Amino acid sequence: MTLANIRFYCGEAARSLFRNRLLSLATVTTVAACILILGIAVLVVVNAQAVMSSLESNVEIVAFLEKDLPEQQQAAIGKEIGYIAGTKEVTFVSREKALRDLEKRFGQGKYNLRETLGGKNPLPDSYRIKATDPHQVPSLARKVARIPGVYKVRYGQGVVEKLFAATRWVRNLSVVVIVLLACAAVFLIATTIRLTIFSRRKEIYLMKLVGATNWFIRWPLFIEGLLLGLTGSLLAVLALAAGYYYLVNSLTVSIAFIPLVTDTAVMTRLAGGLLAVGGVLGITGTFISANRYLDV
Amino acid sequence: MLVQMYNVSKTYLNGVKALNDISLKIDRGEFVFLMGQSGAGKSTLMKLLYREELPTRGQIFIASRSIVRMKTREVPLLRRNIGVVFQDSKLLENKTVFENVAFAMHVVGANRREIRERVEEALGLVGLKDKRDCYPSQLSGGQQQRAGIARAIVNRPLIVLADEPTGNLDADTSWGIMELLSEINKKGTTVIMATHAQDIVKRLGKRVIVLNEGRLVADSMPGESIA
Repeated sequence: MTLANIRFYCGEAARSLFRNRLLSLATVTTVAACILILGIAVLVVVNAQAVMSSLESNVEIVAFLEKDLPEQQQAAIGKEIGYIAGTKEVTFVSREKALRDLEKRFGQGKYNLRETLGGKNPLPDSYRIKATDPHQVPSLARKVARIPGVYKVRYGQGVVEKLFAATRWVRNLSVVVIVLLACAAVFLIATTIRLTIFSRRKEIYLMKLVGATNWFIRWPLFIEGLLLGLTGSLLAVLALAAGYYYLVNSLTVSIAFIPLVTDTAVMTRLAGGLLAVGGVLGITGTFISANRYLDV
Repeated sequence: MLVQMYNVSKTYLNGVKALNDISLKIDRGEFVFLMGQSGAGKSTLMKLLYREELPTRGQIFIASRSIVRMKTREVPLLRRNIGVVFQDSKLLENKTVFENVAFAMHVVGANRREIRERVEEALGLVGLKDKRDCYPSQLSGGQQQRAGIARAIVNRPLIVLADEPTGNLDADTSWGIMELLSEINKKGTTVIMATHAQDIVKRLGKRVIVLNEGRLVADSMPGESIA
């Protein structure tokens, strides 16, 4: 391929885009709509997953210790928990601190819980344990429970299992939705590009008649498909960015407890990914449609 | 021999028998008329020569190469040696006369300088130099056909195939086109032209091949009378 050829291909692609500008516009709009929906789906999934994993990482195990253990043994238990594979963090909570926490939580410091309880502290000493992988919590809890001196282990049995089932379900569903949307986009783009090619079938027939090779005809079409895909996805990314920026700004003010993902690295990767998807969709669509009209 | 056909038959997929056992030879530099009623197989014979269709049976050689056994990727090279002129000229509406002719050269990968020179030369030959920036819709029927001929000859093909190039034109304009084709032929290009126009054939006095219902019924040299 010579430089003159490349220039000719790009020129042909640009001219064809302009001449069939209504159809080009239709294709770009279609691509933009598909990518936009895809982008929204991905953003929803990213945020849902962020919420899910923050929920998951909040899951912790509380191991209550038997009453009146000597301090030495308490410390030994803490060490032993720390040695178990999968333990991320072990914090000792003395019964004194537990009572103070309880006071804070219920009475916001206004009531003297100790007095109400008749000067006795009914709470045991405990360890709070975080797991490196939240999914390991149940098995980790079983191991902790076997340590002598540990009286009881709690981690929200039942609720945690349900939470994990829910997150798995959300993840699988989102993959299915995204795959379906991508398929729909490829189909739409293939159809629109087939229309472009169909409107140029006379030109393609003549090119073949004067001795054009199939690749000579395909190159401008591929460039055209790529440009359509990229332009459409660029529009979608811009709209998505503007919309998301607006959403983040208004939500953090009004409903601060929904933690929207605003990590620039994640967003850049998403934007790049969507652009790439647009380009690939454009080329795939052309590829599906192009060969059909080259058989002259 | 430039064109050799041996026992060529063509039956289309829908069962239409277009050509039946045709054998003929055409020499380099000849001018040959292809006559016959509509449906006699003239267009099919043309299509076989530029390999838009393949024969059902028989062999076709162009410049001693079998175009039946030719690989698909070699077809573009064959077509660069054949210029085709259609009855409806088949110009691209959205390109100027210059661009329509240059199009045939872009396709074969010629450079810009070469394209400019050769297109100007071809447009000069067909007498359309002053119409180079016009669009086909701004041209008369005869001018459109001249532009089509310029596109067919710009790559300096060995053969020009003209399928009823005067079919849509009045007598005077037709004669102008015939003079142009004769001139191209005098420069050494073989011309094969399908036509209905008896008067043109008689006036020009060239070899005539007559087809009837897919069979070759007459092949008369200049001066001989046609049945």
